[in-house]
Amino acid sequence: MVPSSLHEIWVYLAASPLLALTLTLIAYQIGAFLYRRAGMNPLLNPVMIAVLLLVGILLVTGTSYQTYFEGAQFVHFLLGPATVALAIPLYRQLRHIRRSGAAIGAALLLGSLTAAASAIGIAWALGASTEVVVSIAPKSVTAPVAMGISKELGGLPSLTAVLVILTGIIGAALGPPLLNLLRIRDMRARGLAMGTASHGIGTARALQVSEVAGAFAGLAMGLNALATALLLPLLWKLVFG
Amino acid sequence: MLFYLTLILSCQLLGELFVAATGLPVPGPVVGMLILFAGLTIRGNVPDGLAMVADALLSHLSLLFVPAGVGVIVHFALIGTEAVPISVALVASTLLTIAVTAAAMVLFTRMRGDDGSQ
Repeated sequence: MVPSSLHEIWVYLAASPLLALTLTLIAYQIGAFLYRRAGMNPLLNPVMIAVLLLVGILLVTGTSYQTYFEGAQFVHFLLGPATVALAIPLYRQLRHIRRSGAAIGAALLLGSLTAAASAIGIAWALGASTEVVVSIAPKSVTAPVAMGISKELGGLPSLTAVLVILTGIIGAALGPPLLNLLRIRDMRARGLAMGTASHGIGTARALQVSEVAGAFAGLAMGLNALATALLLPLLWKLVFG
Repeated sequence: MLFYLTLILSCQLLGELFVAATGLPVPGPVVGMLILFAGLTIRGNVPDGLAMVADALLSHLSLLFVPAGVGVIVHFALIGTEAVPISVALVASTLLTIAVTAAAMVLFTRMRGDDGSQ
């Protein structure tokens, strides 16, 4: 049992945004520390660790998500400006776009459609609810944009955030062995595939393999976010609207 | 620094206004990103201060989706009942996307007579 005085202190602190904000930063840094310690093993993704820690704390202390979010919203707010800032790395890849633009554009569009259509199709065929189907549709898109798309289409942005992270981990862990199996050695193709399918987490993994792969993965992440944000809502309206 | 932070927020605000005015089902920040990208293309380079602000925002990008990720706590029941479609869709779709994108890129670059050796 928690002594009542300690409990009172907790109730006092839990009511101010400072506690949730500080805990979020601490949990993330614990996650980042463990991830680095494990040699950047994709299975020990820092976001996943932070989320598990914080969910555990909320469950143990009986704190509602709403109370937590009052503090954590200050971190959450930065997603918007961070999305705008993605214009800078995208601009830095401009020479790559110019050099093999047609091939990149065509491969990316095909990959982008495959990512959304196969996720929707498989989830729907296996009997997922509409909410889940919508939330899983932008799973390959970088989290801030994916959450925006999910919200636009009537999905659950927080579920999308978790599905996006899981997708990144799956792609980072299984992507390289799959590409080896398919005997694809072109680093541009490998990077483009990793970035399209598993956004920033896949990009980080591609960057460990080669700089060219990393650059193409970063480019693919940005372009896929753009393509999905522009096309998915329109296609969705066309098919299900 | 403050100027470029203001610039980024202004792009986002313009993006949100554009989306609200047109009713297009696109996230406002994505339109903001396009506005900033267009500006950079016209200018021809990235100002140092803007690069600093952007790198600061993006270097801890994954921290920013922790609060939303914790929201999974609200959807435990939903994830529990739909664990099979969710996990199969995630794994199969991710592998399929990687295979299709990589194969397409190899095919399209070969069609243009570019074998990838640099």
